[in-house]
Amino acid sequence: MNQAGPADGGGIPAGTVRGAASLVVEDIAAGYGAVRVLHGVSVTAAPGTITAILGANGAGKTTLLRAIDGSVRPGRGRVLLDGVDLAGRRPEEVARAGIGHVPEGQGVITELTVAENLRLGLLLRHRADRGAALAEIYQRFGVLAERRNLAAGMLSGGERQMLVIARALATNPRVLLLDEPSLGLAPKVLSGVLDLIQRLRDESALTIILVEQNARSALAIANSGIVLNLGAVVAQADASVLAADDALRRHYLGF
Amino acid sequence: MQEFVEFTLSGLATGMIYAAIAMSLVLVWRGTRVLNYAQGAMAMFTAYIAFTVINHTGSYWLGFVAALMAGLILGAAEERTVIRPVTGKPPLNAVIVSIGLLIGLEGLAGVLYGSGYRSFPPAYPITGLSIGSVALGITENDLFTAGAVLAAAGLLAAAFRYSSVGLRLRAAAFSPGVARLLGVRVGRMLTLGWALAGLLGALAGLLVSPGTFLYPNSMDTIFVLGFTAAVIGGLESPVGAVAGGLILGVVLNYVGGYLGSESVDLFGLAALLLVLMFRPTGLFSAAPARRV
Amino acid sequence: MPTLARHLGIAIVAAVVLLLATNSIGDYRNYQLTELAAFVVAVAGLTVLIGLSGQISIGNGAFMAVGGYIAALILADLNWPLIAILPAAVVGAALAGAIFGVAAARLRGPYLAGTTLMLAVALPSVATRFQSVLGGDQGLGFFVTVPGSVGSNVTLIHWQAWVSCAAALVTLVLLANLVRSRVGRSWRAVRDDEVAAALAGLNVARLQILAFVVSAACAGLGGMLLAMWNESVSPGLFSLTLSIQLLTAAVLGGLGSLAGAIWGSAVLVLVPTYLENLATSHGMTATTSSSVPILAYGVVLIAVMLAFPSGIQGALVLLARVTGLQQLARRAAGPLAWQSRRSVQSRPAAESSWSESESPRPESELSRPESESPRPQSQPAAESHEKGTL
Repeated sequence: MNQAGPADGGGIPAGTVRGAASLVVEDIAAGYGAVRVLHGVSVTAAPGTITAILGANGAGKTTLLRAIDGSVRPGRGRVLLDGVDLAGRRPEEVARAGIGHVPEGQGVITELTVAENLRLGLLLRHRADRGAALAEIYQRFGVLAERRNLAAGMLSGGERQMLVIARALATNPRVLLLDEPSLGLAPKVLSGVLDLIQRLRDESALTIILVEQNARSALAIANSGIVLNLGAVVAQADASVLAADDALRRHYLGF
Repeated sequence: MQEFVEFTLSGLATGMIYAAIAMSLVLVWRGTRVLNYAQGAMAMFTAYIAFTVINHTGSYWLGFVAALMAGLILGAAEERTVIRPVTGKPPLNAVIVSIGLLIGLEGLAGVLYGSGYRSFPPAYPITGLSIGSVALGITENDLFTAGAVLAAAGLLAAAFRYSSVGLRLRAAAFSPGVARLLGVRVGRMLTLGWALAGLLGALAGLLVSPGTFLYPNSMDTIFVLGFTAAVIGGLESPVGAVAGGLILGVVLNYVGGYLGSESVDLFGLAALLLVLMFRPTGLFSAAPARRV
Repeated sequence: MPTLARHLGIAIVAAVVLLLATNSIGDYRNYQLTELAAFVVAVAGLTVLIGLSGQISIGNGAFMAVGGYIAALILADLNWPLIAILPAAVVGAALAGAIFGVAAARLRGPYLAGTTLMLAVALPSVATRFQSVLGGDQGLGFFVTVPGSVGSNVTLIHWQAWVSCAAALVTLVLLANLVRSRVGRSWRAVRDDEVAAALAGLNVARLQILAFVVSAACAGLGGMLLAMWNESVSPGLFSLTLSIQLLTAAVLGGLGSLAGAIWGSAVLVLVPTYLENLATSHGMTATTSSSVPILAYGVVLIAVMLAFPSGIQGALVLLARVTGLQQLARRAAGPLAWQSRRSVQSRPAAESSWSESESPRPESELSRPESESPRPQSQPAAESHEKGTL
């Protein structure tokens, strides 16, 4: 089950993103101390799709991602990665199981260089695959290749966003969680990032969960989406259906 | 002039010991934001372990290795049993707990070995060295001391920079939350950091005990001076720790040589207070003054 | 002021009890009582410093030394009566506390603790540095005599017990008032949130220095009493171990609690000898059995911090609460111990948003004292409701 990928019998081809895993979140309730944030949320992300998680600030989008990645232990519910329940596991174990999370606010380790940030992600791969994987990342993200020995703290906002996505990809994830990748990015850079996300799904069949406040951009590239409000799911449908629903858009999505 | 050279060189040798303690404090501080007050006492205890092994086997080096191993184990054990439970609680708790370990180890050493002074063998002869007819004020053992500390520091620095474990350790120290999302087992890395710090402390204990004799409180002064050295160098920087140690060692040696050994501790206190009052981030750091 | 009256009332009752006790318990117990009172004074000052103003000091033994040595020097050179020496020792130690407090005013947490540790380690060497005046390692004698006015059938030990108990009571009353005063509230505000306190207009540095001065003054008084009890002062009397003993007593008793200072000091005075005797009776030699109490201090510090940070006083309050003695519990806890529970146990250190995994589940009720409802009281109401439906 861990060797999902093109079936060529030789293990995971170097540099290829594994992808094609299904993520099912069942009835998650979670919060911080006495404050309950999520009240029974369920999401299904089919393999090789982009699922958008939308809603206003404070709706619980980030908490949902943290419940999935293990940073917050859910009070009830399951998180099924290809059928295996990961709920309650520590974040590092969830990461090793194949869920890559690009947190809100980027999370570049500023004291390390670009190359070291990437190397850190690569550590989750087999040693033999790391070199080729790094080469592929540098090819795909030219700007990172140029700045590879720079301290990550010196990168611009857009470059940092590239770095954290590249770093998450370096870990060879089966599912990628993206939390507000658009935050603080100039429009041109943002379209580049969205483009990349789309290509990851199309070319590498990666399963992506995209949390976004910028609902319009998210729905433009997503297959399906859910809308959260005050910790509960208020709408769940294909992306085109959500985008077409005027009332929904005005009420919860802000456009 | 000769005296000055002697004081300088022997001050450098002593400074290496402070540097080792300072480096171990910095290592732990960077990773867990805890100051390990028990570091000196652990060094004393591992020296006692070496002492026992040496007496039983007749081999100094066996004892040396035993102490270093014990340092690794004790450091890891301290983190897991005593520090881990107070992580995330107010800093006061970690201070009290490590003070508890300090005094507990001193008591345990006293119970096991008695409170009397033991003589501890040096690794190398302690006859003074000279170039021609000029006495240098240092011994072969001092050279070994300097070499051992520098070697340990160098090895650690290389490991941190070039190895996968080192990368994980640094990531765990700089951004534990992000590191977890990348599969780094942060808890284990923290324990490893403490183990390495324990190793450095054990080394310091081995190197200093021949000169000070070994008794339960023998590392108290060395520890606070190592702390002072770490503060001088800035608690964030291992290189600063070494520099701070050497500077402190030399300066205190001048004080001891020209003003008498009773003044050394007081000068150390004064140095600590001065640095903390005027340059709390240390003499070398360029970082903006954090609220100390 | 009702508070002052209440404290004085308690003190007077205690004074009477102690007077009667010292008359009947004999010399050995009076000797222990003197030691106990000396420690109570010093530990009370320390527990206020740590528990109330949030500053950790592992160096109060040094301030005890200042008080003790000043007293010894004055007695030896100027032969003042005890009643005059006492304030001199207190003032001298307070001055030392002020100097140190000013130098260390901006220090927090580990830096402050490390500096006080350095103070504890370095200060004894002052005695050897100025050997001619301070007597070096041998130290100085400190021989108090019973004043003629007291009467001839009061032994020296007896007299010393009176003096120290009186000093302890006065100290406790003063501290108790200070703690419930505006200064005490300001300390707690600074301890809980320094930035907020500063924004609210409190002069943080001055408050922190004041806390050091108060604790140093108490330590100085305790040092003088200890010197009297010991009949001499020496560097060995005021070692690092002494500073750690004070800390142990404060932590064990319950940080921030004056009653806790009494419990902790009692344990400190009574248990070590018991342990040592136990050890020697099991065959340990003198040099090793003397280390058994030291090992015990370490075990106590760690165990209390890990298992029950509120110490003995906290346990008593909990016991009172659990057994339904609500009123007594609230009285005993007061703003003091309750606050110390909060500061030591529950306040999460400033943590990044990612450290949630350290404590994802809601903490036990100990971490949320504000939301605690008096549980036992809600039960009778429920019972009567059920009865009503029958």
